[in-house]
This record gives sequence, structure tokens and C-alpha cells, in this order.
Amino acid sequence: MGKSVIVIGGGIAGMTAAGMLARQGYEVTLLEKENETGGHVAHWDRLFPDRRKASEVLEFTGEGMKDVHVAKGISISRISRQNNEFTVTCGMQDSGSVMKSHFTANALIVATGFDLFEARRKEEYGYGIYNNVITSADLEEKFKSGKGILTAEGKIPKRIGIIHCVGSRDEKVGNLYCSKVCCVTGVKQAIELKEMYPGSVVFSFYMDLRMYDRNFEELYYEAQQKWGISFIRGRLSECAENPDGSIVIRTEDTLTGKPLKMTVDLLILLAGFVPAAGTASVAGMIGLKTGTDGFVNPADSHIKNNLSGIPGVFLAGAVKGPVSVTEAIADARAAAALTSEYLKASIEEYA
Amino acid sequence: MKIEGKRLIWNDYQKEIAEDNYFYVRSCVRQNFFPGAEKTFLRYMKEMGKDVFENPSHTTCSGIGYHSDIVPFETAMTMVARQFALMTEAGYRNFVTSCITSFGLYSETLETWHHFPEIEEKIRGHLKNATGREFVKPENLAHASDVTFKLRKEISEAGKYRLVNHVTGAPIRVVEHIGCHYSRMFPSKGVGGAEYPYVLVGMIEEWGGEVIDYPERRHCCGFGFRQYLVKANRGYSISASKKKFDSMKPYKPELILTNCPGCPMFLDRWQYAISEMEGTTYGEGGQGIPVVTYEELAGLILGYDPWDLGLQVHQVPVEPLLDKIGIPYDPEKKFLDKDGNSMGQPKSPTHLKFY
Repeated sequence: MGKSVIVIGGGIAGMTAAGMLARQGYEVTLLEKENETGGHVAHWDRLFPDRRKASEVLEFTGEGMKDVHVAKGISISRISRQNNEFTVTCGMQDSGSVMKSHFTANALIVATGFDLFEARRKEEYGYGIYNNVITSADLEEKFKSGKGILTAEGKIPKRIGIIHCVGSRDEKVGNLYCSKVCCVTGVKQAIELKEMYPGSVVFSFYMDLRMYDRNFEELYYEAQQKWGISFIRGRLSECAENPDGSIVIRTEDTLTGKPLKMTVDLLILLAGFVPAAGTASVAGMIGLKTGTDGFVNPADSHIKNNLSGIPGVFLAGAVKGPVSVTEAIADARAAAALTSEYLKASIEEYA
Repeated sequence: MKIEGKRLIWNDYQKEIAEDNYFYVRSCVRQNFFPGAEKTFLRYMKEMGKDVFENPSHTTCSGIGYHSDIVPFETAMTMVARQFALMTEAGYRNFVTSCITSFGLYSETLETWHHFPEIEEKIRGHLKNATGREFVKPENLAHASDVTFKLRKEISEAGKYRLVNHVTGAPIRVVEHIGCHYSRMFPSKGVGGAEYPYVLVGMIEEWGGEVIDYPERRHCCGFGFRQYLVKANRGYSISASKKKFDSMKPYKPELILTNCPGCPMFLDRWQYAISEMEGTTYGEGGQGIPVVTYEELAGLILGYDPWDLGLQVHQVPVEPLLDKIGIPYDPEKKFLDKDGNSMGQPKSPTHLKFY
């Protein structure tokens, strides 16, 4: 076939799209800034709603990209387009990785994904200051390690708080959008904590619970009915640390209209999505348009959702905004299908 | 508690503080509450060779009235404009306030004018009509605690004493409390931001003390304007202070350091009131926890006589702190005025240890 594709970003979306195109016979190069592919999924223990191992999904996706050339530790310094050929210039590369400094291809898929909201920016929550305030990502790492979830003092947490919408739907930090997957992640993690420590009490503080997809609502019911998790409608105001390291939280139960002050042994912040740090620079190099939220705008939100407005440049996954793993995979496959059509037809309507 | 996390936040909130040539405006209440504080600021600024100018015609900023819903914002801004006019007429561009609420009001006014230039024009018109005055906006706006923070190393180097127990060598354990209007409204206007302000912490660290963080650190000092100004609400005021004292007590603080007119007043006076009401004291052996302003503390570090600083008018006796640091004082002179005449002496409290 002789046509080639560069996929920027080696998370689950980039891996999926790269694998699919390679299996169709295209020459595919995947550029990843980290030294490993897998993105956020590589750091996650289990996935909602069925709590299957994230590693299984990653393994499946990895197996599908045997014919993909993967370049890790890549930092892109320039992207140019001439006569429908893209050249990606890379500034630095780690030793051991592909030492090529230029990559060329007939199409680009941008799958730069997302970063987790930097929880310390919610200063009043004390992440990075109070020892027993952690993020949902930290919790997954702990689950993954298999060493149990203990407080900083090495004790089993008897009272656990889970805070929804950290860095999402929050005008104060400049993120008005919903990160979409944190609600069900919080429900999943609450159940997992109860599975691990049936004697512990788990409180979940939320604004709304957006159980938007299949089996999510059922999981939420299970959390309440089977596991006795307390869902309290109210945003966290602030945290402080007690002398014993436990965390004082101030919030409000908006259903009863009463302020709450309570103590938990461990507080988990469900950090939302923000555009990946690399998205803005890649977008600037190619001329992609971003919204006020920093995510890349597709050519059309309904019928050209994987197109970028630039011929030969396609979008996959969370580069366009928060998505679940399932959605990222489906979206990446759609992007790959359109890329393939474009490479066969080479027509301008794929813009 | 991870101090590195706080340092990251402190790095995010650095503010520019002018080097010299300050136009200083006083608080309308501090000279009654803590009569030596402002004088002490002027004293060490002069000793450090800094130019601080005061115009006796300056007035209240009206901030207390504004935050009590008595003075409309437009009126308050016009009074602020007059202060700026006095600064302009004196040839200064760096504006320094003694009061935290003033600092908040000046910040709010400048921020309002920045976003709504038409309001600035309107206020300029009001000032011109009322007084014939015009003004240039300050190039630098700082609170006097910002300036003291900036000079903390020089104060330390010139100082006679450290915030250290002179017998044991242990650092003095200090609770710091920042006035709400310092950085709560505009976190970027305060050193260290709003959640973990650094302005007083920096002084405590530099002068040898140990900072205590405690669960109710961010809670109201007890002033809260209408909590106290409306007499019927004063129960809220004292209960707010009590909540803080109860929360800090397990950490055994030896000093409370403040930068606001209201905070030292209520954290000091209510300790006395609580001791009279229920016999509770929060220091060691029936003592209270001494409460001082940053100017008074700088004065102590510099070796000024405690009675020149006005520490004798504090309700909670400061002698335990002086004894720990090893600062000499003459008990016989505690209640003498500058001419050596007796100022009168308060009655001893029932429970709070008195010296």
C-alpha cells in the first residue's frame, strides 16, 4: 500500500488507532513522550463499571500493535506539511529509543489525551500538604501495588471520604466542564474500598452523580444497597489536619441544608481531566483549533468528530475532551477508519 | 504535614513590595487597641534608613463602615481616592497601610477601577467636586506586614533576641493568624496566597520560631464585623475565638502572631473573657497565650523595651513570653507613662495569671 501514518500519543486511543491501521497494512509510527506506552490506563488497577483489570485491556491493545513502530521518550519540536506529507521533527530522545529525529507520513492522528487535574491547585483541600489526602490516581496505584490501602500512619482507614468534581465543574480553577468519568470512578473506588475493608465507613461527597452509561446506575445502586456507602450531596469547602493525621473536612449537606464538619482517616480527591500539556504545543504546530477549555475542537461536533479541519490530520480520544476507556477505544477506531479512507481516497472532504 | 507542599504554594504567590519611600496610612482603631504597634513600625523603619511619610490629614478609609454595610462602596472609593490624592501631593508612589481591612479596601478599589475604568472616572469626578483634588494611583500597594516581611532578614540581623527559649534552646511555638482582608479577597495580593499565607510564617521562621498549623487555623478570629459590631451577635464572636483556642491548645502554642487590627484584639480580649466566664485558660499553669502584632514582635526581636511597645495594655500578660525569650523588663515600670507617671492599673483577673 505504501502509505504511512504517524500517531501522536501512546495512550489507549493512540495505541488502538495505531494498531488498527497497522493491521490494515499501513506503515504506522507511534510517538510517545513517556518511556512507556499505555497512558493513564497503565497506572489504573481496575476499570468501571465491571471492575475488570486495566492491564487486560492494555494487553489486548498492545497485542494489536505488533507491526507498529513505537518511538518512546519523544519530544516533538516541529510539525510541517508539504504536498500532503507530514514531517514531525523531534527534539530530544531517550537513549534506547528510536534515534530518528524526523518522521514522515501521509496522515497524522493526534491522540495526545489528557492530564489529571493537578489536585494541589485546590489549595484548600491540602493535597501535597496533608499526608492523608490522596487522589483517585494515587488510590489506583495503591490498589495496583496490592499492598493494601493504609493511612500515612500505617493504619487501616476506618472513615474514608471521597470528593467528587476536583478540578471539574469548578469556575474557581477555570474548568467549567464535567470530566464525565469521575462519578462512576468514585463509585467504583468506594465499592473497592468497602470490599477491602468491610468495617470501614465510606462517605462520597458529590454535586450530581452523572451515571450516564450502561450499568453505571446499577453500580451506584449496588454501592448504596449492598455496600452501605453514604452519598452526601455537597461540595467540600476545605480540609485541615488533626494532630493524629486525620483530616477534618467542612462541607454542606445540601439536601438537608446543613453544614457538616467531620473527620476522616483518608480523603480521596477525584481529580478530573485537563488537556494534556503537549496538546497545546502540538495544536500550535499544526494549526488545530482549541476551545476555551483547552481541548481540541473537531471539525464538526457530530458528523466530523474525528476530523480536525486540516486535511490528513485526525483526532482520537481524550484530546477532544473527557472520555471513558471504552469511548476512547471506539473513538480511536473511528479515527483509524477515517484515516484509512482518507489515505485510499486522498480527498479534501476528510478535513 | 508536608512543608514542601506549602512551599510550592508559597512560590505561586510572590508579590512585589516596594524597597523604600512609602506613604503610610494608619488604622482608625489600632492605636486604641495596641497603641505602640504603629509607632514601633515607624521606629524600626527609620532605624533601617527607610523613608516613610505620613500626612496628618489622612482619615479613616471607611473600610469598617463599608464591610458593615453602613458606608456605600462609592463613598468608600471616594475616601480611598482622597488618600491617594494625599500620597500624590506628597510626591510618593508606594502606598503602605497599617490596617488589613484598609489594605483589602484599597485592593478592591484598584481592582474595581482596573476592570471598570468608568467607575474610576466617576470617583475622580466625585473627589474633584468635593475637594478639588486629583490623584495618581499607587505604583505599589503593600500592607505594613508585607514591608516587615521584606525586612525580616535585616530585622533578624539587627536583632538582640531570637524566637527561641533562651533556657532550653527550643524554638518558640507560634500560631499565626492572618486578617481576612489581607488575601482572602485577592489571594495574589498577599504573600503566600489565601490558604497558607506566608507573610507571618516567613517572619516566624526567620526569627527562629516554630509555626503551628492546627485544624481551625483558617477559622474566624472572632471579629467578623457584624459578629461583634452588632451587640446581640457577640456570642458568635466569642464562640468563634473559643473554637480556635480549643483547637490550638493541644499544640501548646506559646505565642499568637497577627497582622490585623481585629484579630489581636479578639484573640487577646476573649481569652480574658473566657477565663472569667468559665475559668478556662489556654496557656501553661493558668497563663494565657500571649498575642502580639508583627510590629510588636519585630520590636521585641530588635530589643525595644516591652513597655515602649505598649505590651502592658494587652489583656493576656506577655511576661511568660518575655521570660522564655529572655527579654528583660521592669515590672515596676509596667504601668508608668512616658513621663514616669502612673497610668493606673487594671484589676487582676479571677483566673488568668496576672503579673
